[in-house]
This record gives sequence, C-alpha cells and structure tokens, in this order.
Amino acid sequence: MAKTIVVIGGGVAGMTAASRLADLGEKVILLEREDQTGGHLRQWDRLFPNRRPGYEVLDFLMENLEHKVDVRCNQGISSVSQQPSGFSLELEAGESLPCDALLLATGFDLFDAHKKEEYGYGIYDNVITSADLEMMFRSGQKITTRQGDAPSRVGFVHCVGSRDEKVGNLYCSKVCCVTGVKQAIEIKEQFPGAEVFGFYTDLRMYDRHFEEMYYEAQQKWDINFLRGRVSECAENQDHTIVLKIEDTLTSRPLKMTVDLMVLLVGFVPSPETLRLAAMLGIVVGEDRFLEPVDEHTRSNFTIQPGVFLAGASKGPFSISNAIADAGEAALQIHEYLRTL
Amino acid sequence: MISFNLFVLPFSLGLIYLLYMIIRWWSIWIRGLPAEDQKKFRTGIFSRNFFSALKEVFLESLIHRKMFRRNALLGYMHMSFAFGWFLLILCGNIESRIYSTTHVNPPYYPIFLKFFIHDRTVLWFEINTVPGFFRFLMDFLLLFVLSGLVLAMVKRGRPKWFGMKRTTHHQLTDKVALICLWLIFPVRLIAESFTDGYYGAGGGFLTQHLGNLMVLIFHESSRHIAYALWWAYSLLLGIFFVTLPFSRFWHIPSEVLLIFFRQFGITAKKSTTSFTEVEIGACSRCGVCIDVCQLGYAAHIHDIQAVYFLRSVRDEQVNRDILLRCLVCGRCQEACPVGINADSIRLIERNMFSGSHASDFTYLPADPPQKAPVLYFAGCMTHLTPAIIRAMKGILKQAGVDYLFLDEKGTVCCGRPIMLSGKYEQAEKLVHFNRELILQSGAHTLVTSCPICFRVFREEYKLPIRVMHHSQFLLELIKAGKIPLQAFHRKVAYHDPCDLGRGGQEYDAPRELLAKVAELVEVPQDGEDSLCCGGSLGIYTISSRKRDLITHDALRNLTASQPEVLATACPLCKKTFSKHAEIEVLDIAEMVYDAMPE
Ligand code: SF4
Ligand code: SF4
Ligand code: SF4
Repeated sequence: MAKTIVVIGGGVAGMTAASRLADLGEKVILLEREDQTGGHLRQWDRLFPNRRPGYEVLDFLMENLEHKVDVRCNQGISSVSQQPSGFSLELEAGESLPCDALLLATGFDLFDAHKKEEYGYGIYDNVITSADLEMMFRSGQKITTRQGDAPSRVGFVHCVGSRDEKVGNLYCSKVCCVTGVKQAIEIKEQFPGAEVFGFYTDLRMYDRHFEEMYYEAQQKWDINFLRGRVSECAENQDHTIVLKIEDTLTSRPLKMTVDLMVLLVGFVPSPETLRLAAMLGIVVGEDRFLEPVDEHTRSNFTIQPGVFLAGASKGPFSISNAIADAGEAALQIHEYLRTL
Repeated sequence: MISFNLFVLPFSLGLIYLLYMIIRWWSIWIRGLPAEDQKKFRTGIFSRNFFSALKEVFLESLIHRKMFRRNALLGYMHMSFAFGWFLLILCGNIESRIYSTTHVNPPYYPIFLKFFIHDRTVLWFEINTVPGFFRFLMDFLLLFVLSGLVLAMVKRGRPKWFGMKRTTHHQLTDKVALICLWLIFPVRLIAESFTDGYYGAGGGFLTQHLGNLMVLIFHESSRHIAYALWWAYSLLLGIFFVTLPFSRFWHIPSEVLLIFFRQFGITAKKSTTSFTEVEIGACSRCGVCIDVCQLGYAAHIHDIQAVYFLRSVRDEQVNRDILLRCLVCGRCQEACPVGINADSIRLIERNMFSGSHASDFTYLPADPPQKAPVLYFAGCMTHLTPAIIRAMKGILKQAGVDYLFLDEKGTVCCGRPIMLSGKYEQAEKLVHFNRELILQSGAHTLVTSCPICFRVFREEYKLPIRVMHHSQFLLELIKAGKIPLQAFHRKVAYHDPCDLGRGGQEYDAPRELLAKVAELVEVPQDGEDSLCCGGSLGIYTISSRKRDLITHDALRNLTASQPEVLATACPLCKKTFSKHAEIEVLDIAEMVYDAMPE
C-alpha cells in the first residue's frame, strides 16, 4: 500500500521537499495555512546576491508542484498525534488526516520590531523594517518617507532582534547582513545622490558572491558602513530620525540624523512551529528553534521516528540553503518509508 | 548551706562564657557606632524609647508577632520556644527564691531546683495559696516548650503546614546547637520525672506521673539514672551556650540590641557600621526569605538568598556570585520578620568588593538648563521606550504644563545603576552633576518616568523640591481637571515595579490613575508582595535564560485574571515584559494618553 507523507508548511522548504518526494514516487500532501503556497518568498522583491526577481524562484517552485502534489491551502492544524502506525492530523476544517511520515517545514517568523521599542518602530513615522522596504520595492513605486519626500539619508540597522541578549535571541540570523547590503544598493539605484549608511556589528558575508556585493556597495555605490550598535533613537520635529550609536572602530559616540531608518529584522521561531513540536515531542533548542538528532550527519531527523525537519524551523536559512536542505530531507524520508 | 553538685559546672561555665560574649560584643558594637549614633544611643537609653524598645523586644523576640502574622503555626512554634523558655526561667527563679533556704541563689539553682529540693509540697506558700501551684505551673510551661519542639520536628517533614516550601540549609555549628536545643527540654523532662518518681513527691501532673511510671520499671536504679540525666541536662545547656555565639542562635542577643538601636533612631549607613553588623547577626536563619525569592523558585538558584548572603558576610565567606546574583528586588527584606535590610547590606558589600572605575566623567556635558517650574526627566530607560516619552509629551502639552524636558537630548544617568554595583563614589559624581542641573533650573517639581530615577532622586539627591513619579504627577493633573479622559473599559492588570512599590512606597497613585482609564483586574501577588519582572539592573551574573524564567513567573502571576493589557509604571519592566508577554504591555502614561480625546 502506498505510504502517505504530509508536509506541513508550503514555503520554500516545504514546496521543494514535496515536489522532490513526488518525483521519487511518494504520495505527498502539502498543507499550507495561508491561501497560497510560497511563504515569505512571496513578500520579497529581489533576491540576494544577484538581485534577480524573487518570482523567478517562486514560479520554479510552484511549477514543480503542479500535477504531482496534493496541495491543500487554508489548512490549519488543530492537533497532531502519534498513532500505532504513523500519525494522525486533525485539521481545523474538521477533517482527520492519517499519514506515515511527517515533514515539518513550518519555517520562521520575522522578528517583531515593536519589541525593540528603542528603535521606535510603530512610534516614529520613518522607521520601517527590511520587510516593509521590500514590499515598497515590490509595489514598483519610488521609495518615500511617510511625508512623501524622497529620502536623502537612509540608515540600515543590522541585527534587529538577532545577536541581542536583551530580546532573548543570541543567534545570528545569517541573511540580514546580505539583505541589508542588497537593499542599500537598491536605494542607491533609486537615489544615486542619497547618503546611505549601514550600522553593523559584524558583516557576515558568508556565501558565494556576498563579499563581492559588499565590495561593490562600498566601491561603486559609496555606501558607508559603520561598526557599532544603534542604542536608541528619537524623532525630530520634521520626522527625521536621530540615532545614537557608538562607532566601535573609533570608540566615539555618534549622533546621526536620517530621513528613513530601516531595521534589518531577523528570524524567530514561529509559534506554530513550537506548538507542533510540543505536540510531537520534538526537542527545542535554547534558541527555541527545533533540534535535529545530529546537526551534521542527521540534520533532517528528529528524535521521533517518522518526523522530519527541513528549512527554517531549525534556524535561519537562506533560500538556496533551504532548497538544498529540503531536497536532502526528501531523500531521507523516501528511504525511511522503505523501511516501514 | 549552698546546694552544690559537680554536674552544675558545665551549665555554669557555659553560662558565664555566653554572658561574657554577649557583654563583650554588645559593648564592641555600641562603642563601634559612629559618633552621632553613639550620641543617639546615650540619649535613647534615658528616653521613652527605651520602654518602646523593651516592649518591642517582648513582642518580637519572645512572642514573635511578625512570625504569627506570616503563619500561626510558625509563630506558635517560635513563641513556645522563646516565650516558654523565658517563662520557665522566670517562674523557676521565683519558685527557687520561695523555696530557697539561703539568701544565696546561684544561677544554676533554679535550673536544677528539683535535684536539690525534692519535696516541695509542704511549704507555707502553697499551703496558704494554691496547693501544687508551682508544680503545675512548671510542668505546664515545660509542656508548652515541648509542644514547640514537636512542631519544630514536624516542620522538618512538613514545612508546608508552616507556610514554607523550603527550609534553610544549615551549617555544622547550627546543627550542633540545634540538636542541643532540641534535646535540652526532653532531657529536663525525664531528669525531673526520674527524680520526682524516685522521691515520690515534688512533681506536677506531667513529671510526677511519668516519674512514678519510671520507678515502676527501673526501681532503685532510678536515682542513678536521674543523676546521669542531670549531668546530661547540664552538659547540653553548657554546649548550647558555648556554641550559641557561633551559631544562628546568636541572633537572639543581636536582635535585642538591634531593636534598641532602631528605637533610638540609629540607621544603616553607606558603609558598614556596628548597626549593619548587628543586623547581620540578627538573622535567625528562619528561612522565611527563601520562599519569596524568585531566583530560587523560578530560576533554580538556591544559594544566594538573604539568609545565605548574610551568613556568608558573618563568616567572611562572601563571594562574587552571592554578591552579584541578586535582583535587589527587596522581596526578602519585605518578608523578613526581623526587618533586616538585606538589600542595603548587599550594596555595602558590593562596594567593598568592587574595583575602581577608570572614568572620571569629564565627558559629561555641562550646558546650564533653561528656567522652568516643572522638570521632566525621562531617564535612560525611558529613552529606550519612546512610546512613554511620546505619551508624556502629549499629556503635558494637553494639560498646559510649563515644563522643561531636562534630558531630551541626552541623559546623564541618575546614578542608581552604578550604585547597585556598589560604586558609590562614582555614582556621587553623577548625582552631583544632575543635582546642579536640577537646582539651576529653578524648578519646584521634578517628574520622572522611571522608578529607578525616582527612588534615587528621593533617597540620594536631597533636593529641596518635590520629586514625583509620573504616576503621581499625572494623577494630580487629572484631579485638577487638566486632562480630559474618555471612559475606557479594557481589563488591565497592574504590575508594581520594585523601585516604585517596595522601593518608593508608592502603590496607590498608579492604581487610582488606572482606575480612571481602565478596569483593574485582580493580581494574586501584588503590592508589597509583587514580583520582580526579571529585568533588574541589580543582578550581574545570570544568563538571560534565567532572567526569562523570572519574567515568566511574574507574567503567570499578572495574567492570572486574563487581563487584556498589562500596565506597569516603569520603562524597564515594560521592556522586560514585552519580550515575553502575549498581551499588550503599556506604561500607565500611555494608557492615559490613549484615553485622551483626540
Ligand atoms: S546576518 Fe548580520 S545583521 Fe543578521 S544577525 Fe547576523 S550579523 Fe546581524
Ligand atoms: S534574612 Fe530575615 S527572613 Fe531571611 S533568614 Fe534571616 S531573619 Fe529570616
Ligand atoms: S533581593 Fe530579591 S533576588 Fe535578592 S535575595 Fe532578596 S528576594 Fe532574592
């Protein structure tokens, strides 16, 4: 009898794993909470490092699903439990779904910038997040301040909600640095005359072409990178933002005014991920991301046989990493099903 | 003829030693007071306060009134030991004087009276008054003490019945003294019983009956057994007296002196004086402070509570962790039946422990401020919560207050954070700096949004003007009709910030204010018993995970009645709670601001 796999989460990792499993001849059901698959990728305009449009990758993933995978959107899960043979999912719609293996590809949430109140998100007009900026880029309109003016000074604040004990997240979110560099360049593309600053702790240009892009940002686009953490900011009468920062390379406290301040928000585990993990008895790490059995050699396995992990429920992932990880997860599941 | 037997020696020598120690230390402590306090002490002795002190000694050291307030069983246990023993000594003394055949009445005489006088049935006093009065009384008192002993044993196994979860982890000397104390009274009971039984007279309802029974079993050897027991009784007393100065029971003489000090108006200083030493000695290691400490029950840190901290100071065993791992939340001193200010002592110790600080603060800006009748000082923490500043600005504008935002462009710290680390001298520079600014402005009122600043402004700045937390100031404005408010019906739980509540003794203004804009729901532990949010600036060496545990503990308490909003009056609490709360967290200023019509 054909085995059934349920993939929970229709983001990059979930879509990839589902189509791979279907290619391997497995029967896959992909459950997505929202009304369409695509996850965070849908919110993104252009991708680092080459600034290609995000929809190209999205279309590729969507096409791969077509005709092969049973995709069910708007499917919230009310509970999941282990059964003598496999698992049973109770869907919010009332249906109950038995399966033999589960893949948690539930992804992440973006850090809620309101929690870093000292940066004034939601309080000052011209403080936005990297996700907001990406949506502005996607809308195709020119970037403006809330007052409708073209910004002449823009600051990017790195590590918002990451590498920050004060908000309880010690980990690095890995991709916000490169996102910040990409977005800074995109601002300069629109406003070549604008002054653009990046306030960073360390610049983590870890992958291929990243360092080159950072180099380009400085050489070609004249973007200023200042090492130091923004401690707090305030709003001027004219709705510009004064930010306080210590330049740790020169050990001087600085004050600077910008027209637009962009918060590079990091990854946090989604409450949904944690809820499912609790129901399935999956180990959650100190950082509240899910813990695989072995982070090097069995990174898609959990301590529960039949429950697998892929993508950003395990921590910050880039798109390319998520795709690779999900492909591996598909292979592991395929092999696991043959042992049943 | 003086009654004497060799066995009275351990008791007598022990007693002499103990008295010597008490007199020695009391005089060291009194002479070690700073000059001004010595003067207070000298005038105090001849004032009415002397009698108030005596009364307090009676109520606290003997009756243990505060223990009773905590838990009746716990109070009774302490009282039966202290007051019961005291009455035994007092009545025994009277009894021995009545029966004494000489004028010499050495201290051991009443203690071992039954050994020396077997038959007390025929004396004039009892014939003329109540027959068997003393025999009954002394047995009754002994029973009273023994009931406390039984409870003390029960407490080991069932601390919950006494309102406690954890009990103190004791040292060797404490254990030795405790075992002696526990054995003293049962041994006395049996010694007396054997004697009474053997001589067939002299005992009360308890000792006589028990004694008669013993004699039935042991016959003639009862006399020797009795003698051995009298030796044991004396030895136990002697050992107890000798170990007392080195054990927790040293708290008894210390507390008595502490009560006198306090009644004479003597207080703790910024560095150790005798007063602090007496406070440290006065800790009875009752362990009441253990259960209230969130670091213990919520964050699993069990070795830093006030009881252990004070013990480490007394034993000169203070270490970094015990000093620095403390929220300085004041919960333990609020609960302490002896009223020991463990937080201040910890800061004094931190001061001695902390190294020097390189900065001379010359970078501080020095522009004189403008003149204004009212000053608003947001504080560093409030600069991290701009929504509070926005609210305050909005309200003050609406109310037409003529004010100057003293630290709008930047903050010189109020000094409390560095004070919490024990660096008083450095803090003094910040205090001086801000104080000058405040005075130069000519303001009559200083308003701050931060309870940390509020507390230090009031306690350390010695300002000749009104110092108010914004909850107090806003309430005043509302009462004066300066802020129009819309009716609002959100269910709100209020969190008392440590430095505003226990630290600043302001519990009512925020509640009164909130009641005008929202519906307050019940919070199980609030007011003096409110919990620390976990964001404390006073703790240095714990992980953020442990802090999170404390925050979650506080949140559990605050959200018990399912509020829609969590309101607090401190920017630090707000930030700390926002990290984990599932409901909205707002400062009371924001709540007022939101309730103002557009
Ligand atoms: S990737 Fe960069 S911005 Fe993001 S958390 Fe890491 S260091 Fe900070
Ligand atoms: S500090 Fe107070 S509450 Fe704690 S053990 Fe000592 S006397 Fe008891
Ligand atoms: S001040 Fe608070 S944290 Fe420190 S010992 Fe007392 S109760 Fe515990």
